[in-house]
Amino acid sequence: MIQVENVVKRFPGGQEALRGLSLIVDKGEMVFVTGHSGAGKSTLLKLIALIDRPTSGQVLVDGQNTRRIPRRRIPAYRRQIGMVFQDHKLLNDRPVFDNVALPLVIAGVGRREAARKVRAALDQVDLLRKEKQPPETLSSGEQQRVGIARAIVSRPKLLIADEPTGNLDPDLSLEVMRIFRRFNEVGVTVLIASHDIALIDQLGCRRIRLENGVVQQDDEDEEDFVADYAENLRPDGRPDPWP
Amino acid sequence: MAVRQHRDALSAARRSSPLTIWLSRHASNCLGALGRIARQPFASFLTILVIAVTLALPASMHLVIKNARSVSGGWDSALDFSLYLKPGVTRTQAERLADIIEQRADVETVTLIPADEALAEFKAQSGFGAALDHLAENPLPHTLVVRPGSAMTGLSVTLLNEELANLPETDFVQVDTEWVQRFLVILDMLQRAITIGSLLLGAAIIVIIGNTIRLDIQNRREEIEVTKLIGASNAFVRRPFLYSGLWYGLGGGTLALILVGYGVYMLDAPAGRLAGLYNSAYRLLSLDLRESLAIIGTGVLLGLVGSWLAVARHLRRIEPR
Repeated sequence: MIQVENVVKRFPGGQEALRGLSLIVDKGEMVFVTGHSGAGKSTLLKLIALIDRPTSGQVLVDGQNTRRIPRRRIPAYRRQIGMVFQDHKLLNDRPVFDNVALPLVIAGVGRREAARKVRAALDQVDLLRKEKQPPETLSSGEQQRVGIARAIVSRPKLLIADEPTGNLDPDLSLEVMRIFRRFNEVGVTVLIASHDIALIDQLGCRRIRLENGVVQQDDEDEEDFVADYAENLRPDGRPDPWP
Repeated sequence: MAVRQHRDALSAARRSSPLTIWLSRHASNCLGALGRIARQPFASFLTILVIAVTLALPASMHLVIKNARSVSGGWDSALDFSLYLKPGVTRTQAERLADIIEQRADVETVTLIPADEALAEFKAQSGFGAALDHLAENPLPHTLVVRPGSAMTGLSVTLLNEELANLPETDFVQVDTEWVQRFLVILDMLQRAITIGSLLLGAAIIVIIGNTIRLDIQNRREEIEVTKLIGASNAFVRRPFLYSGLWYGLGGGTLALILVGYGVYMLDAPAGRLAGLYNSAYRLLSLDLRESLAIIGTGVLLGLVGSWLAVARHLRRIEPR
């Protein structure tokens, strides 16, 4: 799903956020990217979302080489990806419903179909009752769930999240991660940047640790983890891997 | 489980036709822009008022010229030549001469005023009726009233004047055209000045609307950033602002019409009194339908151009970081 090859990102000031980073995320995986702030997590996600472009190397997403996507096609490209942000990036001048509907409005989905999809997405994050409220009146955890509903409402194959639990207390964080996990279970590839090691340890997903702009450690290299991971992914209705 | 249901519900959903979606999207943008304008009534009204005044200025100047032209249209007869024939010329000779002059290309009509008719009219109008009865013979000559063709320039009028004066039957020619011509030239010049002024004022409207839209873009920067982040195209982000510009232009044009209309209404009575003093039933001309539509259309067009320029200049710079 995601193939990052030898990517270097150098900023105009000269400092390098990524120095020859390579990694592969398969379809249907749920992967955490960890590392200290400044390790290059956010930069990596920005390159995947085409918010920024690499200085050298290439990023392939779902078979498309992002280098070959011209500026005017970026909007259409972004619509294939669901994005969740640390600060939610919700619009407070309109109710929850309209916030979640925004990607569908942009994509030109008909009103009735959009309403159905929005309600289904809100149901997924358990916020159906709050669709008429402005996001400001919701708790931080609820706002983040609205952000997730907006990211998945047009059913993207890839979901990326930059520190989605950065502002949440541990209980709410776990709840948000559980939601990501549910979408992963129905086939959505999920890539989450987070530095919350304790939380990630509870989830037992594949972990890629960045340091100074390169992969410092990738769980996929450890066989016992892979076995663990495959177990957790079994779609046969086993109990949640979380306590 | 819940996710499965979600999917089933989606696949069952019926799709609306692209045209319906396109229309409803434009309708909601259009109304949304109107709603944003209405939410800040005072600021919006000021913007619209400035546009209206700027449109009303050239429109009212145009009306002044139009009325002046219409009034002076009745002065065509002032361009006529009065050809007083020599006393010895008989009526038959005068009629023949009239036929000859009428055949000239630069002459439209020739009217003969026979001496006896002229005297009768003079008697009737001058109040000297009884005194004139004592005259042994008619002191008035036959007169030809020559109206030149409409395509006459100053030079050809002078030439015609000379040729008529040189006819053997002519006693003298009277022309009283110069001041009318000067007046028409002045009107032409004013019209041109108004056209130039209108262009400048049009540019001012573009700047006003452009600036309003620029502020609007700045205020909604966050919203633009977020929508771009989740895949909005430039066209999608641009559309509401273009509709705002359209509404400002439409509002300004309509208010300009109201201002001009009110001005005409205020001037109508005094103008009527003035015309009355000149024994005329002249009524002030207002803007006709075509002109009214042109003003509103100009407002809308300038609104679109102004917002387009603002959007082209400022929207591109707002990119998610």
